[in-house]
Amino acid sequence: MTTTDSPPDAKPGRLKPPARRRNSGDTERGFSRVFRWITTGSGAFLLLVLAAVAVFLIARGLPALTASPDELSGKGGLPTGMNSLWDLVGPLVFGTLLAATMALLLATPVAIGIALFISHYAPRRAASVIGYVIDLLAAIPSVVFGLWGGRTLAPIISDVWVWIAGVLDFLPFWTVNVTNTGRSLATASVVLAVMVLPIITAVSREVFLQTPTLHEEAALALGATRWEMIRTAVLPFGRSGVISAAMLGLGRALGETMAVLMILSPGILYSFQIFDSGQQQTIAAFIASRFAEASGLAVNVLIATGLALFVITMVVNMGARAIVARRKEFSGAN
Amino acid sequence: MAQRIDVKDLNIYYGDFLAVEGVSMTIDPKSVTAFIGPSGCGKSTFLRTLNRMHEVIPGARVDGSVELEGVDLYGDDVDPVAVRRTVGMVFQRPNPFPTMSIRDNVLAGVKLNNKRISKSDADELVESSLRGANLWNEVKDRLEKPGSGLSGGQQQRLCIARAIAVKPQVVLMDEPCSALDPISTLAIEDLIQELKKDYTIVIVTHNMQQAARVSDRTAFFNIAGTGKPGRLIEMNDTATIFSSPAEKATEDYVSGRFG
Repeated sequence: MTTTDSPPDAKPGRLKPPARRRNSGDTERGFSRVFRWITTGSGAFLLLVLAAVAVFLIARGLPALTASPDELSGKGGLPTGMNSLWDLVGPLVFGTLLAATMALLLATPVAIGIALFISHYAPRRAASVIGYVIDLLAAIPSVVFGLWGGRTLAPIISDVWVWIAGVLDFLPFWTVNVTNTGRSLATASVVLAVMVLPIITAVSREVFLQTPTLHEEAALALGATRWEMIRTAVLPFGRSGVISAAMLGLGRALGETMAVLMILSPGILYSFQIFDSGQQQTIAAFIASRFAEASGLAVNVLIATGLALFVITMVVNMGARAIVARRKEFSGAN
Repeated sequence: MAQRIDVKDLNIYYGDFLAVEGVSMTIDPKSVTAFIGPSGCGKSTFLRTLNRMHEVIPGARVDGSVELEGVDLYGDDVDPVAVRRTVGMVFQRPNPFPTMSIRDNVLAGVKLNNKRISKSDADELVESSLRGANLWNEVKDRLEKPGSGLSGGQQQRLCIARAIAVKPQVVLMDEPCSALDPISTLAIEDLIQELKKDYTIVIVTHNMQQAARVSDRTAFFNIAGTGKPGRLIEMNDTATIFSSPAEKATEDYVSGRFG
């Protein structure tokens, strides 16, 4: 303030305000400062929501974790015939992982194929149409997928499962059971695969499109065919991005509720009979199917299974990060 | 392992746009030919037609002929992939594959050309190619490290090693030193002198001193104005181009009056 009304000896004074600003580590003014708080606030809000969910799951799930076996089976917290919480959570975790893994195994190769077609093979106009259709697929509500999967797909695809079961019949150590209704985990996984396809495709396509022209030309100049160019330049470059994409898809497949609920005829077993009904169930579908009628300790049991799902998702994501980081040296980021 | 190139009346188009017009020239085997000229005059575009790399850009096409030892590279039954195996290329910016080790980078082209190669043959080829690129002594202890960890000049020599590992007849270099410091540039220029004993070398450069230092013959390209096609103005022995060029435009360019 003193700088403005003392012209003759203003020079050192005029230099002071910026110096003071620098000292306080604050070179931002006006909206710049507001924007910093908006972004920081958004980040903090995300952590807060995550923490709130975690606290809720732990607090409300804890009674089920600490309850004695008698209480659990006595008060109707567990399905009949079960004595401990792990009898329930174990098979559910197994069923959830099995369904999500199968969905991912089915979806990822197809998604990579579509993404490569869009990014490197299709004429520009066709590529944008296909990209649009894929994005549309992502916008279909899961209940619609559930209806389609349960009503239309299941009866048709059961013939395929019967055929596969017939082919696998020679296995001496595994008798393949198969249901004629098609309401099996295999059918649910196919529908889950269709549901996670858009996200994996969209992310992979973006990654493939970002392959440096330099690397593609390096491969072509060595006499690579288009496929060899993709193999030497595009796929290694996109590897970590595709893994991230698959993990996004896995996240969706792990948590998908309605489609599984409407397709799968559930059972709570450790079972690899993926073509049979009444074998497995996923956590999310289990919660949705029981929550309306649950009360008392049964609610805590359901929330405890939800906690298990939360933990699985975190472990899966951390695993994916570790895979991506392991080959960082070769990622091309340096 | 070096072949001569004959170019006759070559026009290069991008869609309907005529980018380079009416180029005819002969490039001698086991020699270094430099292309000089101002930016946008079509010298890099022309270089890329010598191994059909310009076809990477949709809509690019040529008429006229490019013959390698009498075989037209644009003949109906010629596969561009095969052309590029015979005519190798080194780019403006070093581009080793970042996901591959130094060793795998050298072997990248050989493995592409669908040959199964035994480990001992591979080791031998890696060493000879890296020696050929004057890089062996610097990297022999870290062949399994990523190529992207090398300095720019080393990366460029790795790219040269990768190009010569597939035993091409011709090596095209598109401003190979423009992203490098003077020491690395000197290393590449020395290497070019070595390579010309075995290969036909064609180099595009913005640096006239470099053209004067490394090349046996020099071709000067120019462009009349924006939107006009580039043309070959004059081609002659490097000494003649730089001392007594036939064309006024060449003299103006090499004496630094424009460009």
